[in-house]
Amino acid sequence: MVDTTQMKVSDEIAISIEKMNKWYGQFHVLRDIDLSVYRGERIVIAGPSGSGKSTLIRCINALEEHQAGKIVVDGVHLTSDLKNIDAIRSEVGMCFQHFNLFPHLTILENCTLAPIWVRKIPKKQAEETAMHFLEKVKIPDQANKYPGQLSGGQQQRVAIARSLCMKPRIMLFDEPTSALDPEMIKEVLDTMVELAEEGMTMLCVTHEMGFARQVANRVIFMDQGQIVEQNEPEEFFNNPKSERTKLFLSQILGH
Amino acid sequence: MSDMHSHLAFVRTEMLAQQEPPIKEKGIVKWARSNLFSNWVNSVLTIVALYVIVRLIFSAGPWFLNGIWDTSSLAQCREILDGARGACFSVLSERWQQLLFGIAYPSDQYWRPTLAFVLMLVAAAPVLFVALPRAMLIITGLFPFVAYWLLWGGTIMTSVFVLIGVVVGYLVFTKAERFGFVLGLVAGLIAAVVVWKIGGAITPAVDGIMVLEPVASRDMGGFMLNMMLGVVCISLSLPIGIMLALGRQSHMPIIKGISVVFIEFIRGVPLITLLFVASVVLAYFFPPETNMDLILRVIIMITMFSSAYIAEVIRGGLAALPKGQYEAADSLGLDYAQAMRLIILPQALKISIPGIVNVAVGLFKDTTLVSVISMFDLVGMIRGPILASTEWNGVYWELYGFAALLFFVTCYSISQYSQWLERQLRTDHR
Repeated sequence: MVDTTQMKVSDEIAISIEKMNKWYGQFHVLRDIDLSVYRGERIVIAGPSGSGKSTLIRCINALEEHQAGKIVVDGVHLTSDLKNIDAIRSEVGMCFQHFNLFPHLTILENCTLAPIWVRKIPKKQAEETAMHFLEKVKIPDQANKYPGQLSGGQQQRVAIARSLCMKPRIMLFDEPTSALDPEMIKEVLDTMVELAEEGMTMLCVTHEMGFARQVANRVIFMDQGQIVEQNEPEEFFNNPKSERTKLFLSQILGH
Repeated sequence: MSDMHSHLAFVRTEMLAQQEPPIKEKGIVKWARSNLFSNWVNSVLTIVALYVIVRLIFSAGPWFLNGIWDTSSLAQCREILDGARGACFSVLSERWQQLLFGIAYPSDQYWRPTLAFVLMLVAAAPVLFVALPRAMLIITGLFPFVAYWLLWGGTIMTSVFVLIGVVVGYLVFTKAERFGFVLGLVAGLIAAVVVWKIGGAITPAVDGIMVLEPVASRDMGGFMLNMMLGVVCISLSLPIGIMLALGRQSHMPIIKGISVVFIEFIRGVPLITLLFVASVVLAYFFPPETNMDLILRVIIMITMFSSAYIAEVIRGGLAALPKGQYEAADSLGLDYAQAMRLIILPQALKISIPGIVNVAVGLFKDTTLVSVISMFDLVGMIRGPILASTEWNGVYWELYGFAALLFFVTCYSISQYSQWLERQLRTDHR
């Protein structure tokens, strides 16, 4: 496998987050987040549960509202303006922990729905694109089945293909392998590695540290709603600076 | 494995043929043993039940078989039966037109409601069965206008102008929609009203075209009235119910407030009260010269009533969907209307089918309540003109049994259809 951490990253900024804060009622979930993501960068976000890592990437495509600070995605300033939000969402793909495929539609329909309705692409062309990406995630033969007939790993790969069909410039992954059996994790990670090799800008919340070592060019460690440490994977794993990071790493790499 | 093959080794040389199960373990014998006589309590219950069934058959059987179909009064029936048990079905054969069409619908025009009924089946078919060609939906779209003309009569131009108004209004709406949804709606509405006004002015001039004998609303009755109210109210209350359910989930406080107040108020009031409001009180609120049709008033009330119930059923379906479905739709960039129409509602409505059918069947039977505000629907017909007549005073079982049969056939069909539909839509665990 290519060591993707050596791949070139452009200087162009894809996502910039400045002084972003978010509250759930009185609870301060995200505190003063500052983050710039360059095009082609692959960032893994790690941290204990409740540290705000999922909330952070969900703010980027406005599934969660932030109360203070500024988020600019692909040059579009994320405000409460619905037009901006829809514009950003159609450029930013997202994969969820529980796949969230549409159970009443076939795999193919899952993949063609958004291109047809959002991008206004003719059905035939959308289907060709969908088949192309289903082949890429290695399940073209399941195209006419329903999500309920597929295994978890297959469903997650369909979910990735569904996002790719929108030709996104940025992909967000929210714990994509946490709901999977161990043997299915690999097939999903393989797909994600392949995506990274093609230079996709990726933000990935995950506990798969092997994936982080192999693919990421930056690892961000979060705790209590703030970014505690970020570094290149080698430095991050071999030479963590903060006590909190050391404790976390010793716990998850313990066995 | 290798260490045990010496004494555990086994090789099958010929395959066993398939055999019949033992006689006690198959067919009706097994079924009876396991379902009817599995222990002594069940055996006793089975025998008691059999006794009751036999008694019922022996008492009701002769009543049916001795039934008399061709007399002109109950007294004649009794004379012929001469004390024997027997039904007097003559009331049905003599009064069936009144039971089906009401007392005052002109008898030479019965073909009109019958044709409307047949057309209704044709118009409903493409909505109920997706396999049918989509072009048939044109019939569905035209049906309300044709049915109005058939049932109420008059010139077809009234229906035509209403239809043109609707079409023009819709076209204006689609053109004006990009300036905002509300603006589009208002513009469409204004365009439709303008067309209706023009139509209203022209209609007297072209009065001669395709005129059917006009029938007034007060002359409609019988099972036809139940059907009209049931079909119209169910088909109107489903979309209104969906809008109310979505409104109740809305983040916009005014829309949410209106939906909640409407639903809670209507659900808190008995239907019969609303019907009295329709028949008596509503007139006070309109200017004296307006004379709103009674059937229209009743339709509005029943629709309001059932749409509140359907809204709550659909809200249950919406609540049952995982939050991830909304998020997945959002994350793909679908706007609210697309997400609802393509992702959320198809799933929520599927979950809600049993509840919606429950409301629909209940609503259909509740249409008999209009007999209380002196409309002569099927039950009103029986309670009023027929039982009050000197010929048929005292015939209860035959008439109410007939009414029950008509309602049962309709409601059971609806129920069977919904179960079929649920099986068709089951895509998750195949």
